[in-house]
Amino acid sequence: MSDERIKRLLGPKAPELLCDECFDKLDEYVDLELRGSAADEAVPGMRPHLEGCPACREEYESLRELAG
Amino acid sequence: MTAVRGATFAPRMPLTASSSTQAWLDGLAVGAGGRDQAIEALHALLLRAARFEVSRRRAGLSHVRGERLEDVANQAADDALVAVLAKLHTFRGASRFTTWAYKFALLEAGVRLRRRAWQEREVVLDSDSWTRLAEPARGGPESHAERAELLHAVSDSIGADLTPHQRQVLVSLAVDGVPIDVLVERLGTTRGALYKTLHDARKKLRAALTERGFDV
Repeated sequence: MSDERIKRLLGPKAPELLCDECFDKLDEYVDLELRGSAADEAVPGMRPHLEGCPACREEYESLRELAG
Repeated sequence: MTAVRGATFAPRMPLTASSSTQAWLDGLAVGAGGRDQAIEALHALLLRAARFEVSRRRAGLSHVRGERLEDVANQAADDALVAVLAKLHTFRGASRFTTWAYKFALLEAGVRLRRRAWQEREVVLDSDSWTRLAEPARGGPESHAERAELLHAVSDSIGADLTPHQRQVLVSLAVDGVPIDVLVERLGTTRGALYKTLHDARKKLRAALTERGFDV
């Protein structure tokens, strides 16, 4: 099921961080990614949260571009 | 290098986006000489991040005048500066200082810009749009039986399994497309609390759908 509406309704299947935890760890996650380190292993639950929360996703994309 | 009473001090370089984490921490330390200049440099760094966010979203804000957007960037940088200084003691060094500081300005700017973009739009808090989820999209394919069946089941579950608050939050965010920061403002809550409600509602939906035999 790839329907965007269904994705928005059901959210990520994998366990995810919530917004406050995402904000706490976003800088670490982005710098690990920019260094080519295993960010998803170091910060589990971040990637699913970024799939499920459009606002945090936008902030992640901006931070990655700005810090890169 | 300048020698003063036997001690040797390196002249402090102005802090910039490419300064090291240690240089920022030294400059911002309470009691550090030149702390005011370090705070000024931090504000400039945060303003740069806020303007960056404004420029990324400018296309969706064509109805807002340029000087208003500059005000948004300045307010975001001011509030981010207060937040960064208040939380400086929590910085763990898991990232560069500049990456850590930027996220405060991006958050402040992002929240303001999402709200500004929706300023003229009505938010229907008790929307019944979920009851029409399974209706075929106008102009879209009408023969995706599997998807239609799933959407019927989702719609049933929204009506039967969620609390009124969970339904309101899920429908606003995931069906009507209201940005989370706009809903936060209308409901007088926080993004964290609202997302937790969304998360719990989604979990209930998934469980109900799985129970009915859907592979979701």
